[in-house]
Amino acid sequence: MSQIKKINEMNKYDQAELLKYREYIGIQEVAGPLICIENIHNVGYNELVEIRDERGEPRIGQVLEANQSAAVIQVFEGTTGLSLTGTAVRFHGAPLRIPVTQEMLGRIFDGLGRPIDGGPEPLTNEFWDANGESINPTARTYPTTFIQTGISAIDGMNTLVNGQKLPLFSGPGLSHDRLTAQIVRQAKIVGREVSFAIVFAAMGIKHDIAQYFIDNFRDAGVLENVVMFLSLADAPSVERLITPRSALTMAEYLAFHENMQVLVVMTDMTNYCEALREISIARGEIPSRKSYPGYLYSDLASLYERAGMVDNSTGSITQVPILSMPNDDISHPIPDLTGYITEGQIVLDRELFQQGIYPPIALLPSLSRLMKDGIGEGLTRADHAHLASQLFAAYARVKEVRALASVIGEEELSAVDHSYLKFGLAMENKFIAQKETDDRSIYETLDLGWKMLSLLPREELQRITEEEAQQYHHYQNENE
Amino acid sequence: MAIVIGKVTRVLGPVVHAIANAKVQMLEFVEVGTERLIGEVVRLHGNQIIIQVYEDTTGLTPGVEVYGSGMPLSVELGPGLIGTIYDGVQRPLTEIKKVSDQYIHRGIKAPALDRNKKWSFEPVVSPGTIVNSGQIIGTVKETVSITQKILVPPNISGKVISIAPPGEYRIEDKICVIENGQVRRTLSLFQRWPVRQPRPIKNRLSTSQPIITGQRVIDTLFPIAKGGTVAIPGGFGTGKTMVEHQIAKWSDADVVVYIGCGERGNEMTDVLTEFPQLIDPRTGQPLMERTVLIANTSNMPVAAREASIYTGITIAEYFRDMGYHVAVMADSTSRWAEALRELSGRMEEMPAEEGFPAYLPTRLAEFYERAGYFETLNQENGSVTIVGAISPPGGDFSEPVTQHTKRFVRNFLALDRDLANARHYPAISWLDSYSDYVEMVTAWWQEKADPDWAELRQEMLDLLQKEAKLQQVVKLVGADVLPESQRLILEVCTLFKNVFLQQSAYDQIDTYSTVQKQAKMLRIIVSFYRISADVLRHGATLYKVKRTKTFRAIKNMKYEISNDEIDKLDQILANMTQELASLSRPNF
Ligand SMILES: Nc1ncnc2c1ncn2[C@@H]1O[C@H](COP(=O)(O)OP(=O)(O)OP(=O)(O)O)[C@@H](O)[C@H]1O
Ligand SMILES: [Mg+2]
Repeated sequence: MSQIKKINEMNKYDQAELLKYREYIGIQEVAGPLICIENIHNVGYNELVEIRDERGEPRIGQVLEANQSAAVIQVFEGTTGLSLTGTAVRFHGAPLRIPVTQEMLGRIFDGLGRPIDGGPEPLTNEFWDANGESINPTARTYPTTFIQTGISAIDGMNTLVNGQKLPLFSGPGLSHDRLTAQIVRQAKIVGREVSFAIVFAAMGIKHDIAQYFIDNFRDAGVLENVVMFLSLADAPSVERLITPRSALTMAEYLAFHENMQVLVVMTDMTNYCEALREISIARGEIPSRKSYPGYLYSDLASLYERAGMVDNSTGSITQVPILSMPNDDISHPIPDLTGYITEGQIVLDRELFQQGIYPPIALLPSLSRLMKDGIGEGLTRADHAHLASQLFAAYARVKEVRALASVIGEEELSAVDHSYLKFGLAMENKFIAQKETDDRSIYETLDLGWKMLSLLPREELQRITEEEAQQYHHYQNENE
Repeated sequence: MAIVIGKVTRVLGPVVHAIANAKVQMLEFVEVGTERLIGEVVRLHGNQIIIQVYEDTTGLTPGVEVYGSGMPLSVELGPGLIGTIYDGVQRPLTEIKKVSDQYIHRGIKAPALDRNKKWSFEPVVSPGTIVNSGQIIGTVKETVSITQKILVPPNISGKVISIAPPGEYRIEDKICVIENGQVRRTLSLFQRWPVRQPRPIKNRLSTSQPIITGQRVIDTLFPIAKGGTVAIPGGFGTGKTMVEHQIAKWSDADVVVYIGCGERGNEMTDVLTEFPQLIDPRTGQPLMERTVLIANTSNMPVAAREASIYTGITIAEYFRDMGYHVAVMADSTSRWAEALRELSGRMEEMPAEEGFPAYLPTRLAEFYERAGYFETLNQENGSVTIVGAISPPGGDFSEPVTQHTKRFVRNFLALDRDLANARHYPAISWLDSYSDYVEMVTAWWQEKADPDWAELRQEMLDLLQKEAKLQQVVKLVGADVLPESQRLILEVCTLFKNVFLQQSAYDQIDTYSTVQKQAKMLRIIVSFYRISADVLRHGATLYKVKRTKTFRAIKNMKYEISNDEIDKLDQILANMTQELASLSRPNF
């Protein structure tokens, strides 16, 4: 049975809506993922449309432009096979809503929220607008609870906080999937028995990657806590536009209605943005950088801003979107605009990856903006902030020393510069690098950080206090 | 607002076309459809009008009616502004929350100023007084730190016929009647003003006072004048918002208007939770008691984002008219420019550079032109300082918004990606930033803080320039081959960067430095350079210089010496001469 019919049955009480429910046969134009229909009435902006081809197969669309007697509609399943005369269009008088219920945990849906795991349609009275609404900033709760991922480069230096939006900036082939799976497996709130509900949105990724995640979740025994919304590489690209929205609607239900801690993984945001560009070009809009639409920022914000906590619920939405940087270029509009919206980013690095370092996290360009309120005494440990800041400063210096060494040769370096080289190598091979099964406690991570700093003489450390140096810094010059 | 002025013909996101069937004014404030979504007329062509709608237009159908108001989009100005958080078109978000919980539903109406709250009013004029536009007729103590002066609105003047006695009034109560010829006007505690029109002033004055932010790199190296214009460009995560927050917190402005324009919801929540708890060092009162917040976050409607900076600046001008010094934080002006671009695109206008409309530079100029140091209509001095963040795509400053803004601001605080990556905050580049206000504020600094301020500052800047050149050499051959005198420059600059320029917003002591502390720290570091250079010439080694107690004391001074322990800084200065001089004694 069609989801649409179902939605409408559920909404019978909404008389006004039913009155608006109208059907027309025949369309005037098909252009890429868009269709244009004329001689219609009372069509609302953004409203949900059901389209049937000649064989009666239903598709779902959304009104992008409403005119007095015409409308432009984007068709999420694509327009392949639609004819001008044989296409039937129904307007629903309401935006796309998806069913939401706790029973959807453990299930798999397509991008529009229709089951694709062979199971029944979820039974619920709750249908929520997939586009969501803006959260009132006065209703937000500022996130401050530390999530331990067990990964030193994250916990120690780019700490994830419950309710944060922290993307992974990756590149083709880098280990983002393994890292994400590890984060999902290991994420915990220290001192609290919380199991995260996981909402997984896949846009345009391959079957084997989706399968990798499913297997991983199963092996970790968390599959029952996962809802998946899959719009894979072979699905029409426009469906990707609604997929993260369906997922986030589900996440909002779980977090704000059911008070659960929700971790949302969205991959790959680059495919999402490309679908958006496709629509924009099909509409003939004035393009902005790299022909992405000028509203890419606002559009991405309408997704990423759906993370966080609100004051009338104890739940939270933590987002870990994954995107691949075209050409590993962080200034490409997709990572760039994402970085401008999210609360930091974890950047993966090809050079580290090629050196066999897992996870290949580039420390310097990575950042967690919510770290400051999630760490310190009572949260992680009092020395955390200074330690992290000092590690950053020293590691930044390593880069300079390496550049110098490549010019004048390592032998010519001063003794202090030599210790920086040693420190840099240790950071990469001992601190950043860890096994996929290695789940380090925050204390292990912090102690390891001090061990790294102990490779440098005290005079070089300007961001730690005297007491911290006394307690944790034990300079080991000769003994390595 | 019940007069139907037209019918919607087309809905394109925030841009709505309609056919007018009554008189419509350009920039008229209108409502659209059964939900009465609010909007503004942005184009007239024959009987066709284009409206930009400030709320989500989902479900809006062609054929619905448009209601006129006969007046332009305006803000309400009066008691109740301070401590309030508004959206881009001055809807009070706390009130909206009471109606629609955590989400901002469409079509919610709530007055910007509380209609029921009573304010205690003190008249300062009596019947018979002749009053002019902008003159004060009475006062309302809004918070402990801010007294609102109730002003005769611009364009009104005449003889006071009646004035309310001291007492408690609601903002709509009639408190004054003014007669001019045949015309009588009744005033209440508040007035309305169209946001796109600057409020009138008497004179533009030149400025000589700095606005003190407590941020050393700004106040000492790139000072901001009261009434000045500042741009802070920087790629994502380089620290624009933190600088804006720091200035909003610690600057010595009387009133701060903070505009979150197309940025994160959590950042506004952060301000909302933190400011009521922070104490303004000047007044001893919570910082919220001098702050007005405008929040039109990135996920809120884009047209209201465009309006938000006008709403903010108009509120700022209103406080300026009372003789206050107001600082406006706009984070980020790029998001505003993008809103302009999006609306322009949907109106199918001809794009200029990178899709921005050709009028982008004009709009930017108009905005920054609303800053300045003024003589108000009431013959007092007041100022509006604008600090605008810029978010250049890819962190590349050659893009249109940065380039055009540069033409209209006189202080440019360029944030540097490498500094941010090394967690050197604030990541304000000492080589790429500039301030045109240095000369204007020199006298002030020399009088208030250090008679040699300009000289010390210049010497430090020269050292930084020299260091940048030396670093080129170091990159090629390493520092070891340089003579000690040049290595001293490297050391002193490192010290200056780590101790003076770098300033942690999260450290209790370091987050804010008084002018006295800044000036002393500057003097200490420059003196350290001068004396060390001298002792090096007389046989001391850099190795020894770096192992002095003085060196260590300088390294720790910012964290260990608080703003009210200036004498400890004097102590460092006193010990320094002695300790360093002892190094040059030939040791046989
Ligand atoms: N003065 C400071 N002291 C300590 N940390 C700082 C300071 N300035 C910036 N930071 C750090 O840098 C991070 C990013 O700063 P901020 O959010 O201000 O960047 P931004 O330039 O506004 O970025 P975006 O354009 O994405 O909004 C902060 O979360 C904080 O961790
Ligand atoms: Mg910011």
